[in-house]
Amino acid sequence: MSPTITTSSEANGNVSAATARAAASAAAAAEARGPQSVTMAKALNTAMADAMRDDASVLVFGEDVGRLGGVFRITDGLMDAFGEQRCFDTPLAESGIVGMAVGMAMNGMRPVIEMQFDAFAYPAFEQIVSHVAKMHNRTRGALKLPMVIRVPYAGGIGGVEHHCDSSESYYAHTAGLKVYTPATVADGYRMLREAIDSDDPVMFMEPKKLYWSKDQVDLEALAAEHAAHRAAGSSSEGRAAVARSGTDATLIAYGPSVPTALAAAAAAAEEGRSLEVIDVRTIVPFDDETVAASVRKTGRAVVIAEAHGFASVASEIVARVQERCFHQLAAPIRRVTGFDVPYPAPKLEHYYLPSVDRILDAVDDLQWEN
Amino acid sequence: MTISASQESTADQASEVQRKFGISVEDYMLPARRQIQMVAPDGALKPDAEQGTEPGHEYPIPGDAELIAAYERLVVGRRVNDQNSALVRQGRMAVYPSSHGQEACQVAAAMCLSEGDWLFPTYRDAVAVMAKGVDPVQAMTIFRGDWHGGYDPQEHKVGIQCTPLTTQLLHAVGVAHAAKLRGEDTVVMAMCGDGATSEGDFHEALNFAAVFHLPVIFFVQNNKYAISVPLSHQSVAPSLAHKAVGYGMAGERVDGNDLVALLAVLDRAVKLAREGSGPLLVEANTYRMQAHTNADDDTRYRDNAEVSEWKAKDPLSRMDTYLRSRGLLDDDGAARIADHAEAVATQLREGLGEDVPVEPQNLFRYVFSSPTPQLQEQSALLADELAREEAGKAAQKEAGK
Repeated sequence: MSPTITTSSEANGNVSAATARAAASAAAAAEARGPQSVTMAKALNTAMADAMRDDASVLVFGEDVGRLGGVFRITDGLMDAFGEQRCFDTPLAESGIVGMAVGMAMNGMRPVIEMQFDAFAYPAFEQIVSHVAKMHNRTRGALKLPMVIRVPYAGGIGGVEHHCDSSESYYAHTAGLKVYTPATVADGYRMLREAIDSDDPVMFMEPKKLYWSKDQVDLEALAAEHAAHRAAGSSSEGRAAVARSGTDATLIAYGPSVPTALAAAAAAAEEGRSLEVIDVRTIVPFDDETVAASVRKTGRAVVIAEAHGFASVASEIVARVQERCFHQLAAPIRRVTGFDVPYPAPKLEHYYLPSVDRILDAVDDLQWEN
Repeated sequence: MTISASQESTADQASEVQRKFGISVEDYMLPARRQIQMVAPDGALKPDAEQGTEPGHEYPIPGDAELIAAYERLVVGRRVNDQNSALVRQGRMAVYPSSHGQEACQVAAAMCLSEGDWLFPTYRDAVAVMAKGVDPVQAMTIFRGDWHGGYDPQEHKVGIQCTPLTTQLLHAVGVAHAAKLRGEDTVVMAMCGDGATSEGDFHEALNFAAVFHLPVIFFVQNNKYAISVPLSHQSVAPSLAHKAVGYGMAGERVDGNDLVALLAVLDRAVKLAREGSGPLLVEANTYRMQAHTNADDDTRYRDNAEVSEWKAKDPLSRMDTYLRSRGLLDDDGAARIADHAEAVATQLREGLGEDVPVEPQNLFRYVFSSPTPQLQEQSALLADELAREEAGKAAQKEAGK
């Protein structure tokens, strides 16, 4: 008989004696070493490992996430560390993965599942829209679905067709789903931990072109920060970040477009123009306050996103800013988005993707007085 | 051991089946050559040799107490179906997909389960939901047009009656999987109809359950129609139960209007699943006696002759005759059961006749665990509209004085 795992159906599961011991020995092994060069892939991987260590009800499953460690290696080592009951491969069927996760979440687990690629998640769309998003509402809160659907998304990696979609608008448009998308290594850790803690289902959109981006990050300090926030019942959900301060115009971006926006702001600075960059972080819930405060200050805004512009998250942001900041605006808000064409992977993608030049052109169009 | 017993070799499974049932794994997974039927449509017990059983597909007759309890639920179920159809005609319910004619399946699906077991019903399974212990008025919540599912799924271990076909089968698989990982012996009953077997989630659910070796009973009520489309347009398999072998699980066919056979087959399925045999697929051969819903006109796609033919196979009269022939039911007993059924009908008439007060702010309350700032804004907007409407009414009243 295989060992069984103990879980708690409490929102924040109890730590079993065994996992507490594992956590203690891991903590002992890892000395505080300060900031290290860390990839977003490593930050995400560590976030899952730490969550699995803290809570025996956290499970990781999907296609190729077990032995292989995921096609992007984001789940690397989890099966070895936690066993095949906690991290495992499923049959190749996305609706099945999401639907089974719904049932597991109904029955005391906190599944963290992987969709492998943005466009491979579409078979699961019915489960996501009709059940994941609605279960809490149709049971008047009796059933919570604390599950995370990880979606490697967007382009810029030279991927072939069906591997580079920006599918965030579909989920953001669906009432009942939270939509997170990290743009920095530290947020990769921080936001995935918070997504796993969330009692609501979270679509966790991972910009795949940023998986191998590096930053100086202290993962242990982030784990301690997470523990402190969790103990205090606080979270960074719904809070945008000011990724770069500026005074002349605001660039609003999320996920894969944040580094592009930062590069544009750096280039603009050389030309004497001070651009503020806002990293949206969580599309749902959206931080109107931070975004509007920035635009009220600068009076000008450009929204940047890889997804097609028509009926998109970028369009929603423009509308929200316009409603809140109309009298402070010196110029119409501009969007720099992907064209309304199927994602053109890979030979034409550089024409499609928002670029530094296209962003700077949009900034130039913001009716400057001189 | 790995998480999935099926990743053990198929040879292990074959020798386990051989040891337990004395037959090959193929003979275990393939349904018996004929459907299991114990009581003939005229109410006579069939001779053992004609019940459709075979070596490894043996079904003892359920005990007397179980049969009588089941018959009572059967009579109540019929009364509930007909009461609800009447309430729809009177405009007191929005819609009701009646299981008239399928009540034996409804009762057996719930009665074979133990308290901690889960049931995942469709929109046509309200009688099964009640038979699992949910309050009748609560069970009909969605059919009165309310915005929520009524009962608490956790409390009753019953999923909300599911409209998107077969999506709930995967939830059943997940509930069973979580229970198995914790070492609990929960069994999950996952219900769907014949048309639903064409859906992709049917395939994914059966395959996941088999691969992870989970205690799920997939119970297909083959009532011959998916709204208007007959079974012949859904599948040309020898039977729906034959699909089981393709997933590596056992399948069986049973007369869906024979409550005795249904209880026998499902009781055994639950026992096997609880013992760790993995999932099973049971196809009940039944008939939807009425239109899909009140919005449907079944005269456009089927003959009266066909409906009449099935009327002669009615599960209630069959069970009544059988129980009386066994001396398990007399007129007094039948009268007591009829009174019970009438009391439930009265409960439905009264409960569904009540005006449920509408609380507009409930629109926002349960979308998330706590409302987002955006929902709070929209909630305030609606509250303001309603306050101004009230103020307007008050002003009008004042002016009218």
